[in-house]
Amino acid sequence: MKLRKNIAVSEAGLLFNPVTGESYTINPIGIDILNMIQAGKTRENICDAILEKYLCDRTTVENDYQDFIGLLSHNHLTERHEDKDA
Amino acid sequence: MKIRTLNIGVTGLNAIDSPGPGVSVIRALREAESFKVRIIGFSYESLEPGIYMHDLVDRTYQIPYPSGGTDILLKRLKYIQEKEQLDIIIPNFDAELYSFIKLEEKLKEMGIHMFLPTLTQYEERTKVNLNTFGKKYGIDVPKSKAIHDLNSIHSLESEFSFPMIIKGKFYDASIAYNVEQIKSHFNKISAKWGLPIIVQEFIHGTEFNVTGLGDGKGKTIAAVPMRKQYITDKGKAWGGISIADEKMLEMTRKFLKSTKWRGGFELELMKDKEGKLYLLEINPRLPAWIYLAVGVGQNIPEALVNLALGLKVKPFSAYTVGKMFIRYSWDMIVDREEFEQISIYGEL
Repeated sequence: MKLRKNIAVSEAGLLFNPVTGESYTINPIGIDILNMIQAGKTRENICDAILEKYLCDRTTVENDYQDFIGLLSHNHLTERHEDKDA
Repeated sequence: MKIRTLNIGVTGLNAIDSPGPGVSVIRALREAESFKVRIIGFSYESLEPGIYMHDLVDRTYQIPYPSGGTDILLKRLKYIQEKEQLDIIIPNFDAELYSFIKLEEKLKEMGIHMFLPTLTQYEERTKVNLNTFGKKYGIDVPKSKAIHDLNSIHSLESEFSFPMIIKGKFYDASIAYNVEQIKSHFNKISAKWGLPIIVQEFIHGTEFNVTGLGDGKGKTIAAVPMRKQYITDKGKAWGGISIADEKMLEMTRKFLKSTKWRGGFELELMKDKEGKLYLLEINPRLPAWIYLAVGVGQNIPEALVNLALGLKVKPFSAYTVGKMFIRYSWDMIVDREEFEQISIYGEL
């Protein structure tokens, strides 16, 4: 899974889609996940990193990760939606 | 090189809940690099805020309503011309455009230049003709029908499904979820803007606008798409952001190339869930949010003035994406004498 090429992510966690004009605020864990996605990390790597940094169990992290990816996809921010909005 | 000062007449000085574009156009003109300006405001009513904005508008004259006809307007413009030596007029209301288009040649003889759509272009894009326009130029438009009386309402249910959009021929639009609401919107809008009333298919989706400028030969001089971020109950953008949507720019170029549109315009677009774009309306003038175009690098009013003067204008090739406009209201304190001056003498 990759973010669409033209999506702008600010350090403070504001995500802007220049095609639709929509913007989203991401919390600190979301920013960590996005940075790791951008760096090409796998789901496994990302969940490991989150578990190292935050006190939580793997099932919750994996479920939340899936929800987060689902949200990105739902809002057309991932690469497979590129054709639809472009 | 000495920069020329142009005397420019501008209408649309109102700034109510459905604001006119005049004040934004004037701000753009005052920031023009290729000329300086002396602004002559044209108002219809004494409480149009632009009249009292003396840092933007040098002098204001009241002009007759379009319903008065072109003769009375021409007479008034001759009087103003004797005093002000106008070089350019930029009309900013849909309802007045017909009169100004009709007077274009006569005003040119008086030394006043304009850069307006032709009468054919103006008529062709009206809401009443939108279906035909879409078919002719291969642009997706929502199904529309003009109705002239309440008896036609009952046949609508077989042609359209609820909700429907009920629109005035110049301004105003409301959503109707049942026949009673169609009747109510029909009466309310027709009382204000006359007949016909346009019934339009409701497209679910997100609203976008594009403003721009066509050179009258098919070339796109400027185009800036915007997403409405804050919408008033009149459906007007009170905040918006410039976006980079190639489909919208493509549709704009197609519109300008195929119609050879002359002048400024605003396209009202709806993008449905599948990403399909529909053209809802073509406004034949610059929009109230035109200052965003200046903010992102395309001073469209300046380019329009240069085209009106017959100068060669290089098309804009880029604009800044992600720049926002946020509109606000501001209470001006005005002396009663000024209000009296414009109300009684029609000049300030």
